[in-house]
Amino acid sequence: MRSAMAILSGWGNFTKEPSSVYRPEKQSDLERILASAQEPSYIPRGKGRSYGDASLNADGCVILMTRLNRFLEFDTQTRIVHAEAGVTLSELLDVFVPRGLTMPVLPGTRYVTIGGAIANDVHGKNHHRRGTFSQWVTEVRIMLASGEIVTCSREVRRDLFWATTGGLGLTGIIIDAKIQLQPLSSWLIDVQTDRLPNLGALLDQMDRFDDDYEYSVAWIDGLQSGEHLGRAVLLRGNHSVHHPRERVDGDDSRSPLKSKNHRRRSVALPNLFPSFLLNTGTAKLFNEWYYRTHPEGSMASLPLNRFLFPLDRVEAWNRAYGRRGLLQYHIVLPSQASRSGLSLILKKLSERRQPSFLGVLKRCGPVGEGLLSFPREGFSLALDMPARHRGTLDLLDELDAITLDHGGRVYLAKDARISRRTFENMYPNHERFKQIKHAVDPTGRFASSLARRLGLTEA
Amino acid sequence: MNDTVLFIGATSAIARAIAEQCASRGFHLVLAGRDVAELAIIAADLHIRFQVPTHTMPFDAEHIHSHEAFISECLKVHGPLRGAVVAVGYLGDQERSQKEMSEAEKIIHINFTAVVSVVNALANAFEALSPSYRKRPKFICILSSVAGDRGRQSNYMYGAAKGALSVYAQGLRNRLHRIGVTVSTIKPGFVDTKMSYGRQGMFLVADPSHVGADIYRAIVRQKDIVYVPGFWRWIMWIIQRLPERLFKRLRL
Repeated sequence: MRSAMAILSGWGNFTKEPSSVYRPEKQSDLERILASAQEPSYIPRGKGRSYGDASLNADGCVILMTRLNRFLEFDTQTRIVHAEAGVTLSELLDVFVPRGLTMPVLPGTRYVTIGGAIANDVHGKNHHRRGTFSQWVTEVRIMLASGEIVTCSREVRRDLFWATTGGLGLTGIIIDAKIQLQPLSSWLIDVQTDRLPNLGALLDQMDRFDDDYEYSVAWIDGLQSGEHLGRAVLLRGNHSVHHPRERVDGDDSRSPLKSKNHRRRSVALPNLFPSFLLNTGTAKLFNEWYYRTHPEGSMASLPLNRFLFPLDRVEAWNRAYGRRGLLQYHIVLPSQASRSGLSLILKKLSERRQPSFLGVLKRCGPVGEGLLSFPREGFSLALDMPARHRGTLDLLDELDAITLDHGGRVYLAKDARISRRTFENMYPNHERFKQIKHAVDPTGRFASSLARRLGLTEA
Repeated sequence: MNDTVLFIGATSAIARAIAEQCASRGFHLVLAGRDVAELAIIAADLHIRFQVPTHTMPFDAEHIHSHEAFISECLKVHGPLRGAVVAVGYLGDQERSQKEMSEAEKIIHINFTAVVSVVNALANAFEALSPSYRKRPKFICILSSVAGDRGRQSNYMYGAAKGALSVYAQGLRNRLHRIGVTVSTIKPGFVDTKMSYGRQGMFLVADPSHVGADIYRAIVRQKDIVYVPGFWRWIMWIIQRLPERLFKRLRL
């Protein structure tokens, strides 16, 4: 099979590496790629939405899975859909939402593949209610280093299942998976908006009322300091009771079949976006505008798309950060340590005048069983920072120390720079993961730049 | 709408893209090709996405003696067709075809002879239809290539076969016009498929889904000769008019 040479990067455009890329179009192509044994190592890649180097492989090759994107089976009784790993959540929703079905856990963008969603065990704005993506995956088929294809689930080869979910593609190539869909009660979400003057008020509000809501997410103004530190807009939502699906027929403008709100309208940032347009000054203006346009205590019904995937409306928004790209610092802290940890982190950012153009806070529920899965009970904070700022990497190392002190950890799907020591302290199950990986991949055929950085390729 | 469209060479990315367009408008699909397992996967996928009946049939382009039987079986099982898309192709290795006649033969056989064989059978079947079916619009969509517009040193074996195919399609268009069959010749430029993946020297490479949408539109509007994407019409207009004594010196 022919490969193409390409310079690949993560979504953050921070790490860029050349490698040869294969693009199989069917399962037998994959078999041939592995059997030919021409490359020292392989890593599968989906839509490349990981921010760092999880799907880069400078010392080997990358296998682009996007053309293995067929739906294999759908059982209308059990509502289980069997689909190839390259199917995107966007396609899944396009096909099933009009039929009144959805995947309960959806990350912040539609444009991730099922394989990527499993490999990073993604979570959404409702982790405290529905857990991670793997909660709704009933079965995964993987091609191992030997070329053998195995099925794993909670009942069969469960070790491999829990190593593969969140396993960053390192246990083998995920070929297809079975996903349990759930009925959707409405195509709209009733969203309650609140404005909070600072971090303390935000956490109070979330503690008090989060249990009443399916979805909960807060936008934090990362450019504030002092008494306004952590000023936020809190959005909480439930599937609409005012517009249940039964009352909306196909011709109604509120249905996804008709309404132009449901159709994805997006603009794309051009390749040569002048990144100086995104700077502390313009970001401060935007943040001020965003804070003010969300009036206190308002309620609105929004289409699913707009509430769940706000950033998807601007395609390639990462280009706004220019050539040097962005770094996202995404961590989770346990509940008791959150107040202290989060405010220390935000204070440090403001002290160092490190701009963070976007901050998102979410509540997280109990930890799952994926060995390298990220979410655990507490609060998760994601901060976007331009990489071109001097001193950012050093600052992030200091934030790591705060995170570790407070018993938290970094999300590997967003990470481009933590050290091996930090990773091992944050993920106590890393030894068990390496054991299972070594058992199914003794010669280390599956490796990525991230794996090498964090020592996951060593036995 | 119970119209059925036959796709010959249905595992190709372009055929799949056109099939998606047809399925989304409610056409029933018959997918034919050599890799039956793969066809079953594509058929299941289209059925799940668009909820239209999809069927598969084995078809081997190289065995031209099986083509007549293939067409009559298809019409027997699936009834009268609204149209057919022929997406069989083989890029081949230009350098090898210069040294080994077997490669040259294969390029000509798959891109030209095989297509002629199956399309002949289909054209004859259309002509043999009863008058009531004759009145309904029908189409044969043949995938040629811009490479067939002018022979150039880097792929003239493939270009020759596609050029011959374009002329064949032209004659067929003339013959079948009187029975209401539109023969559309599609000339794609570079398309991002496994045929072109990893190759050097390509530019303005098109996404198969855009190409599929363009071709669907061409079929519906009953176009005769269509370049996809459209800008290739102007590029080829210029390339075709370059004087031979200049063109023969280029290294295109």
